[in-house]
Amino acid sequence: MSEQVFWDDINEGDSLPIISPDCSTQQLVVWAGASGDFYQIHYDIPFAKNTGLDNIIVHGALKQAFLGRLLHDWAAPDGRIEKFGCSYRGMDYPAENMSVSGTVTSKYTEGDRHLVDVEVWTENPDGRKTTPGTARVALPVRS
Amino acid sequence: MAESIITDELKSLIGVDGPESEAEVTTTGCRLFARAAGHTDLIFYDEEVAKARGYKSIVAPPGFLGTTVYKPADAERASAPPGGLNIPYKRILNGGTTYEYYDSIVAGDVITSSSHITEFQEREGSVGPMLITWRETTFRRKSDGKVVAKGSSNMINY
Repeated sequence: MSEQVFWDDINEGDSLPIISPDCSTQQLVVWAGASGDFYQIHYDIPFAKNTGLDNIIVHGALKQAFLGRLLHDWAAPDGRIEKFGCSYRGMDYPAENMSVSGTVTSKYTEGDRHLVDVEVWTENPDGRKTTPGTARVALPVRS
Repeated sequence: MAESIITDELKSLIGVDGPESEAEVTTTGCRLFARAAGHTDLIFYDEEVAKARGYKSIVAPPGFLGTTVYKPADAERASAPPGGLNIPYKRILNGGTTYEYYDSIVAGDVITSSSHITEFQEREGSVGPMLITWRETTFRRKSDGKVVAKGSSNMINY
């Protein structure tokens, strides 16, 4: 986390600070326990290969949670994620260097809420956006 | 494209709410979810910090809507075909999820949810024909019935 960002200071096209989440096999096991997703393609290599995959894969919902972390850390302490979501467009494998980032696409008000729309994504080492998504975030204004 | 697999039987499922399920938002559940996603903000871990920031208790991290209350009979249900849909494709992928929040979710909340199918779409993809099933889930806080979040998700059968 860093200092509070204010709606007033945001411009369309601004980038969110990149995060590089831990996608080790150990982290996937922590996620399995936390989410209750015990599908074996996420921790059992022979099982994953039997279903036609090259390796075990990172849980889609974990990638979504990384996007949530990106947005939370950017907007905290006083901003609020109103909406966020993504599509799972490609597989990610453990121990690869994933980066997670976003760009502000619009800035507007609705009633007394000061809002920004953000495009977010996870990116694999080949530069492919495997989990593109969008979010709406409410930010505080300078008083 | 071949004949549509969206039968009248499937169409009749659109808009019909499935069974309600219950999930507990516990301090331990919030901490574990936050740890798994790599969160460092202490509002997800420390009750005093969360209260000092204006929350009633430890905050549920983005995407955490509680831990489903597990009973042994659920294991059988989990091995049933996903969604119980009668469709000719064997493989299934999670296509994506969007959450919209209407209130904060904190430790101590019990969240009830039910979902219904909103739409079926057929597409010819690189992997052959596929069926995309869109669902909307409504999450309510049990104590006061308030809708705290809605989820929109899609599953891909192919």
